[in-house]
Amino acid sequence: MIEISGLTKNFGGTPVLNRIDLSVAPGERIVVIGPSGTGKSTLLRCLNFLDRPDAGTIRLNGMTVDAAKATKAEILAVRRRTAFVFQNYALFANKTARQNITEALVTVQKRPRAEAEARADEILREIGLAEKAGSYPAALSGGQQQRVGIGRAMALDAELMLFDEPTSALDPEWVGEVLDLMRKVAQARQTMLIVTHEMQFAREIADRVIFMEGGRIVEQGPPSQIFDAPQDARTRDFLRRVG
Amino acid sequence: MRALDLDYMLGLVPVILGYVPLTLGMALAAMAFALVLASLMAVERVVKIPVLDSFVKLFISFFRGTPLLVQLFLFYYGLPQVVSALAQINGVTAAIMGLTLHFAAYMAESIRAAILGVDRSQWEASQAVGMTQGQMMARIVLPQAARVAAPTLVNYFIDMIKGTSLAFTLGVTEMMGATQKEAAGSFLYFEAFLVVAVLYWIIVEALSLLQRGVEIRLNRAYAR
Repeated sequence: MIEISGLTKNFGGTPVLNRIDLSVAPGERIVVIGPSGTGKSTLLRCLNFLDRPDAGTIRLNGMTVDAAKATKAEILAVRRRTAFVFQNYALFANKTARQNITEALVTVQKRPRAEAEARADEILREIGLAEKAGSYPAALSGGQQQRVGIGRAMALDAELMLFDEPTSALDPEWVGEVLDLMRKVAQARQTMLIVTHEMQFAREIADRVIFMEGGRIVEQGPPSQIFDAPQDARTRDFLRRVG
Repeated sequence: MRALDLDYMLGLVPVILGYVPLTLGMALAAMAFALVLASLMAVERVVKIPVLDSFVKLFISFFRGTPLLVQLFLFYYGLPQVVSALAQINGVTAAIMGLTLHFAAYMAESIRAAILGVDRSQWEASQAVGMTQGQMMARIVLPQAARVAAPTLVNYFIDMIKGTSLAFTLGVTEMMGATQKEAAGSFLYFEAFLVVAVLYWIIVEALSLLQRGVEIRLNRAYAR
């Protein structure tokens, strides 16, 4: 169980996250939607301290962290229990596809190299890039890079996987293969928190959809409720505009 | 104008070549120490450790702001008078020390700029997988910064090789010192210094070839 309460973040005095409360059940797949600049990405980035929250607590299966006062050790502990997929892939440019996957397993999780490599090869097959194991990111297409980015996150066996608009930077031709891989991850009942503008995808895989605006959760519920019978005028307004 | 004494020049080549190992040895040792010191200072300048940061800034300012020759004299002739442990310091050690500190100050700034040039996404990805700051630097940021800094660092190494000639003022018989001695015996100063100049030149040119090789290797990951 993951519980977030009162999570708050200001950028230069402007509240971007306004006392967010959210609990995530194991295996739950949550999709966060909403207009640009409403704090969706910031929520994800605050959850693993890429952005430092100003207030709130994060409870990750028994470990409770006061976000504003988190120590270095606590921040590392939270990061090691979550995995992050970036909009711009953010693959390690000096590492091959395979090394991108083994890197954290060896450096952070201290697993034996042989074991990490076996895991990486398994992941590479799963993401359909076994033949690209030795390629550097610069030699991969956007879709391939993002699949490695997801593979790198999968390999961590994290309690929570965070996806920050994973298809927004992709050329349209690569979006399908990345969404297909995310479906696969979702089918394995990995706990996921996904920020995306892919509404059809959200409807398909989400257990719960959250609509955010102005740094707050406006409305949440199963996809059928949010997409077919939204309660709040702002949700209706947003869905009409995107869709 | 008189004719060059070519026989003398040819005879001098093997004599001076005998001192190439000492010249290159000093340069290589100083380069190795300087790289380590400069990397540490560069990382410190990026992460800014409170008290240490002021010290590093002062160090870089001093060693960039004073002539290498002055620094060498300070180490060889000056320091032993105040620090008794250094009373036995020999010219080679003092030269390596001086070259190390002097060039580390310059290299630290180049490496710092290269570190800051590494894309933000690389830092964030390292943090997101749970790396410590040290792991992030060692595994992801510094290797990428090295590629950017490499051409500049090789230039400093070239400067350093030429800088070893100053060790002759500390009584070290390296390429320059040996030439000076030979010339003082033969009075053929032009021939002697021309020979040593050409030998330095050839060494530096050979290094430029190596530089190209290093750059190709460092760019391997970025080929499309």
